Amino acid sequence: MAEPAILILGVGNILLGDEGVGVRVVEQLLQHYHFSDQVELVDGGTAGLELLACLDGKKEMIIIDAMAGHEPAGTVKKMILADPPAFFQNRISPHQLGLSEMLSCAAMTDSLPEHITLYGIIPHSLETGLTLSSPVTGAMQEVMAKIIADLSNLGVSMTPKEVQIALKAT
Amino acid sequence: MARRIVVDPVTRIEGHLRIECEVDKGQISKAWSSGTMWRGIELILKDKDPREAWIFTQRICGVCTTVHAIASVRAVENALKLEVPMNAQHIRNMIIAAHGIFDHIVHFYHLSALDWVDIVSATKANPKAAADLAAKLSPWPDNSAHGLKEVQDRLKKFVASGQLGVFASGYWGHPAMKLSPEVNLLATSHYFQALDYQRKINQVVAILGSKTPHIQNLAVGGVSNPINPDSQSTLTVERLYYIKTLIDEIGDFINQVYQVDVAAIAAFYADWTGYGAGVTNYLSVPEFPQDTKGESFALAGGYIPDRDISAFTPISSFNDDFFNQGVKESVKHAYYKGDSNLHPWQGVTEPNFTGFQDDGKYSWVKAPTFQDKPAQVGPLANVLAMYAAGHEATIRHANKILSQAGALAGSKLGLELLHSTIGRHAGRTIRTGVLHEVLAEEWQSLMANIGRGDYATFNEPVFPKGEIQGVGFHEAPRGILSHWVVIDKGKIKNYQCVVPSTWNAGPRNDKDEMGPYEASLVGNPVADADNPLEVLRTVHSFDPCLACAIHLFDPKHNSLVKVRTNG
Repeated sequence: MAEPAILILGVGNILLGDEGVGVRVVEQLLQHYHFSDQVELVDGGTAGLELLACLDGKKEMIIIDAMAGHEPAGTVKKMILADPPAFFQNRISPHQLGLSEMLSCAAMTDSLPEHITLYGIIPHSLETGLTLSSPVTGAMQEVMAKIIADLSNLGVSMTPKEVQIALKAT
Repeated sequence: MARRIVVDPVTRIEGHLRIECEVDKGQISKAWSSGTMWRGIELILKDKDPREAWIFTQRICGVCTTVHAIASVRAVENALKLEVPMNAQHIRNMIIAAHGIFDHIVHFYHLSALDWVDIVSATKANPKAAADLAAKLSPWPDNSAHGLKEVQDRLKKFVASGQLGVFASGYWGHPAMKLSPEVNLLATSHYFQALDYQRKINQVVAILGSKTPHIQNLAVGGVSNPINPDSQSTLTVERLYYIKTLIDEIGDFINQVYQVDVAAIAAFYADWTGYGAGVTNYLSVPEFPQDTKGESFALAGGYIPDRDISAFTPISSFNDDFFNQGVKESVKHAYYKGDSNLHPWQGVTEPNFTGFQDDGKYSWVKAPTFQDKPAQVGPLANVLAMYAAGHEATIRHANKILSQAGALAGSKLGLELLHSTIGRHAGRTIRTGVLHEVLAEEWQSLMANIGRGDYATFNEPVFPKGEIQGVGFHEAPRGILSHWVVIDKGKIKNYQCVVPSTWNAGPRNDKDEMGPYEASLVGNPVADADNPLEVLRTVHSFDPCLACAIHLFDPKHNSLVKVRTNG
């Protein structure tokens, strides 16, 4: 079995409402699709250096995270990170420092993936609670569709899980 | 005239810490430690199934995930008086030991070494001289002149490009930096090597916990790892032997690199063994249960009042009233109503934000006390307890580090110097050596138990109809963690987490006595109030699990430090 070359990393704290949207995207993707061995999906929580090993051997990386900004809640921003450590040092994500440190360390040890895409979602509420707000729930669906499209463009095959259950039933 | 330094990182979502100090004639005269955010995450757990609490509690903090999972299942098991099968204890113990080693190594190299090591100075080192020095200190094979030259070239490239990455915000060239360029280069080289070794030890957690950063294998009543020596999908003998190779590799790094580096820092910064003692009542709990009931442990824990090791009182079981009844939390200086001082099971949490008042309320963190006194927690507290209990491995590792540091400093160093800023680093590295031996022993015990044909990993919890309460404690990398749960009809009625940083970062208590951070800062020198490196040295030595810990990684650190003149 080939080691996966694509990493989808959702980060955030699921106890703080919309802060956990990155993790929720990964949960939903895993719940709804079977992915080929090329892809590794990781619920990174708010971890930092523990995630370094996930980058090993990866060529593509997609990060999903809540992002501070002036746009309306639920806005999805896609960014291609040319220089991630410098980017993250601008304090865009509320827990960027764990992630930033990890990416900086990866950069220093030449283990950063070649391409890094970030989907940032503007949160509505970071109050203590397990659920997403309604604008961010919409944004979650939007990001999932975008990631599926990105993966198709990279030639990755995915199977929706509902279809498979239906096939088994017949 | 006194000047006021405010270090107020506004960064990480896990929790915010603000340190305020008054500096008079180059010395800190007063200090306040303030938690700046109230979260009330425990409220999420109300009415939840106690069997699932650990899944949520391990999300409380991004740095200490595993520990909140362990404390949570122990609290519920304690309430149920539920025994845990030996295999499950050994698997949990291995996860705890591996996570502790990971945490201590990352803390020293990646979160605090740069308070002492000047990366930019390392670019001026002579790699050959650095290699010769290293050969005198340690048999570690990866200290060659060639390897050190490579690290130096890489570093020069970063410095020249202006892209220092994680090093960008260090206090380079600060007058309190004392190491020679060669020692700085050696330490920088080990910073990079530590990145590899933290991965190796984290792999042990990932294999046993089924996943990382959030482990998946815990259960109230044991673990969910099925043990079957023949099946590929379970914890196999092959995987267990792979874990053993990781344990052996990490041992060499601990003994030949980490401990040697800390001894060297202690020797070259000997003045810092005289600063930062602070609160010297030490509290820790026993860890690594060796039976199904939690009445016998591999490592001791207990209470040492006023740095007097001969007055050590052990905590002997998960049901020991000496601990379970000895804890209170005062809200006199915290943003909660009134000035009560209550046991966590009775704890109430009614916010009353007043704004920062020097002599009144100034923190969202409550002030915990043990036997009505503030207590310092953490690896040093635990090491002193194990030393007092006569634990052979602890005494051996302590003597090794003290004699290495003494040889470098040219004087005989005793246990007394551990009551200091440097002492907390030394305590952590002594404990790491002990944890590594525990990890290897737990591996042996697990293999032996499986060899005897015992594959049990789980006892089914049964909840009574009435109200029950329990406490789960855990000697986590930052010190005592305790979860306090009240369960009614199988649902959570009250849940309180008293985390290690609460003990150390707490404000003044009901008798206006300072908390450990505050007390340890008073008397520290400050060479340059605009760049208060010394404040960070002392606060970082506690391994704060709050925003101060990551302050160094911000490129605009000056914006986080405000200095004003009182008057």
